[in-house]
Amino acid sequence: MSKAMILNRRQALKVAGYLSLSFGVPLQSVLSQADDLGQATSLPGDLKGTPMLNAWIRINADKTVTLLVGKVELGQGVLTAVSQVCAEELDVDISRIKLISGDTALVPNEGVTAGSFSMPYCATAVQYASAEVRSILLGLASQSLKVPVDQLSVQDGLIKSSTGLSISYWDLTLGQSLERKATGSIKPKDPSQYRYIGHAVGRIDFPKKMTGQAIFLQEMRPKGMLFAHIVRPPSYLSELQSVDLSVAQNMPGVVKVVQNGSFLGVIAQREQQALAAAKALQASARWKQTTEMPTHEGIFEWLQKTPPQKIIPTKRQVRASTQAASSTHEATYYRPFHMHASIGTSSAIATLGSDGVLVIQTHSQSVFETGLAIAKMLGMEPSKVRCQHVQGSGCYGHNMADDAAADAALLAVSVPGRTVRLQYTREQEHQWEPYGSAMVVKIRAGLDDSGNVLDWSLNLWSNPHGTRPSGEAGNLLSSHYLAKPFTLPVPENAGAPNYAADRNAIALYDFPGHEVLTHFITEMPVRASSTRGLGAYANVFSIECFMDELAHLGKVDPVEYRLRSLKDARAKDVITKAASLIGWSSYKKRPGAGIGIGFARYKNIAAYCAVALEVEVNEKSGRIRVLRAVAVADTGQVVNPDGVKNQIEGGLIQSLSWTLKEEVKFDQHQILSQDWASYPILTFSEVPNVQVELIDRPGMPFLGTGEAAQGPTAAAVANAVFQAVGVRYRRLPLTPDRVKDGLPASKT
Amino acid sequence: MVTFKLNGQSVKTEANANETLLSVLRDDFEINGSKFGCGKAQCGACTVLVDGDPLRACVAPVSTVVGRSVVTLEGLGEGNKAGRLQQAFIDEQAAQCGYCTSGMILMSQALLERNPNPSEQEVRQALDANLCRCGAHNRIVRAVIRASRSKS
Repeated sequence: MSKAMILNRRQALKVAGYLSLSFGVPLQSVLSQADDLGQATSLPGDLKGTPMLNAWIRINADKTVTLLVGKVELGQGVLTAVSQVCAEELDVDISRIKLISGDTALVPNEGVTAGSFSMPYCATAVQYASAEVRSILLGLASQSLKVPVDQLSVQDGLIKSSTGLSISYWDLTLGQSLERKATGSIKPKDPSQYRYIGHAVGRIDFPKKMTGQAIFLQEMRPKGMLFAHIVRPPSYLSELQSVDLSVAQNMPGVVKVVQNGSFLGVIAQREQQALAAAKALQASARWKQTTEMPTHEGIFEWLQKTPPQKIIPTKRQVRASTQAASSTHEATYYRPFHMHASIGTSSAIATLGSDGVLVIQTHSQSVFETGLAIAKMLGMEPSKVRCQHVQGSGCYGHNMADDAAADAALLAVSVPGRTVRLQYTREQEHQWEPYGSAMVVKIRAGLDDSGNVLDWSLNLWSNPHGTRPSGEAGNLLSSHYLAKPFTLPVPENAGAPNYAADRNAIALYDFPGHEVLTHFITEMPVRASSTRGLGAYANVFSIECFMDELAHLGKVDPVEYRLRSLKDARAKDVITKAASLIGWSSYKKRPGAGIGIGFARYKNIAAYCAVALEVEVNEKSGRIRVLRAVAVADTGQVVNPDGVKNQIEGGLIQSLSWTLKEEVKFDQHQILSQDWASYPILTFSEVPNVQVELIDRPGMPFLGTGEAAQGPTAAAVANAVFQAVGVRYRRLPLTPDRVKDGLPASKT
Repeated sequence: MVTFKLNGQSVKTEANANETLLSVLRDDFEINGSKFGCGKAQCGACTVLVDGDPLRACVAPVSTVVGRSVVTLEGLGEGNKAGRLQQAFIDEQAAQCGYCTSGMILMSQALLERNPNPSEQEVRQALDANLCRCGAHNRIVRAVIRASRSKS
């Protein structure tokens, strides 16, 4: 049993009390920071929402530093990166940093860990907060040593004067209360002085993960913990007609059978007992099914004929000149629903304590908003629901983590004082997670005599990309099935500068006329929400394929065509470098093989990324093999080069999997993609070698990286396939059957 | 009563012989490495070694291992000191979320026992039925090659 993993409420508060020994801050003042904007509106990153320095950083008497962050580890390495930033600006050894992340009672509310926001918002806040705490400590040392600040230096928390005097952070802060708002006025270090930022630091969580020490939520085993399983209906709109609870109730080890409307669950002494009882419950349940879905084959037609909730003018830039286009080109691209398909199914642990506080351990990306949604679902005071983030399997967006937290909570309140653990079955995860939305993207361009774009018009049709808990009970899956059900709030499409369905729908290229219309369809045939990159995957795929088509129509080299349509020098740099790494200009075309390139700046405000790769197409089987891939990224100031490379390469490989293999299949009644056999993903023998190069920009803002490779990779594949076999494939995924069907008869 | 060897120690459990080995390892013996991923032997996150051979613990009843020797991720190191493959995975930073890692390491252990110097292609083949969703495949392959070359 790992004691470290068991963070019950009392222990956590004890820890907090200890931590605040030196930078004493009452818990309540931490919680109220979010409201206390005061004059701090121009502070960097998430310091804006939480300006108190000791809400982020505490200097402890035991010679450690506590760093409190609202962002959470999802496998992307963010906690290692923010530790590096803190160690750098505070001038302490990184081993002194103790992290508390994602505990709603303790950390700054930084919203959702998503959208590649953690580096620009959290790491930037930590950077400025650490620099300011260091400066305050230097000020204290100056008073104590009676030496001017400019004659002091710091090494691992020890402040030394040029005259040989010294005092440590730990001595300075003993018994002191340093509650102070950040001013944001202390400039971080010059990049030339960096020893942590820009250097590869090993992931702080890897030694535990690789030696089997407890670190995941699934490894929390509070004494007396019970195990739960739930029963899901056969389809989305099913209603429970009848069920015999007694069979499950009388099975070995069963502690409680829970029925609330159409929501069914079982709590038992052992995991396998809960599973067996849930199966028995499922067998006795009779449902009324009303779900009628358009099927995965019919989804694109459905999207285009269903009345949109609104048509959003994402961009409207009318061309000034009146020159008539000499030709036009139009193409339509299709992206199916995708799964997050985490390797571990979602899990949560919940306990309703004798103090009336419901404590939930969850791997949610949005601990605060999910906690609030659960409180509303249960009719509890929001302050009585506390979420603590503990790592789970990688998530890549809004998967079922939040639903697991809600379901564990629903079950735990039926057995007050007992701890209940829930982990979904594989079928439950595959069939019920919110998928990345299917999309149709139609692009039309008017061209001048040289093939340059005069007018560019992009229309996209999409379901929502955001049905996260957002503090609303109706966003939690099981809330729809309760005796007093909640309804799904009408989803919004986030606007500028991040966008959602229309994320990256505005091409970064400089076109004289440029129009983007977003047909936002809120009626959802299947459950949809945020999946890595949101609309950017389909939009970048479409834009970058279309640019390739235009280049070929104009008989211009596709790399040259992109470069001459761009003004942004950083964009040009990643494209040029990716082309050079793949050997673009010297590539010797072979039959059935080809190279292709794709580019985007994620959200047009985050990391720049170009991907180039070589494919080989087996014209008999239709199978595409990616032989090698390169990616070049510019993420501003790089904090952890190996971490960024890992994210870019991982995103590239995941996008290859989406692009070549993945499509959620469903008939009129149910989801057919129920496991790894019916929803295959890329495997080792299909993964190409990948070379990732970074263009570092010392001193420039951190740009989020995690989603940058998704769109460019998809386009690079389709463009390479075109070079290989001369056919434009515009419907994803590029499965062997689809490729074969598209080949001219002579080739098959 | 089921008795077997777990990471070199003799153990016994009162668990029902039909319970999965994975469930017994995780819930009775507090094994952390082997993970629940699918319960259908499709992903490999639960892989353990039984008498040296890989077994998907999520579908195997615990009775499968009566009198046999089971090795999990915990059995490859000494306490918190990483074993050869574990250290190679750390050195290559061969993961992102790390949920599939234990299965990858145990499959690789079985590979290295029968083929101490595998080629890149052989490593890919050996791990082909183990799924990674984060895209750490190439790092994992490099880690296995690195381990095969380290003598410790």
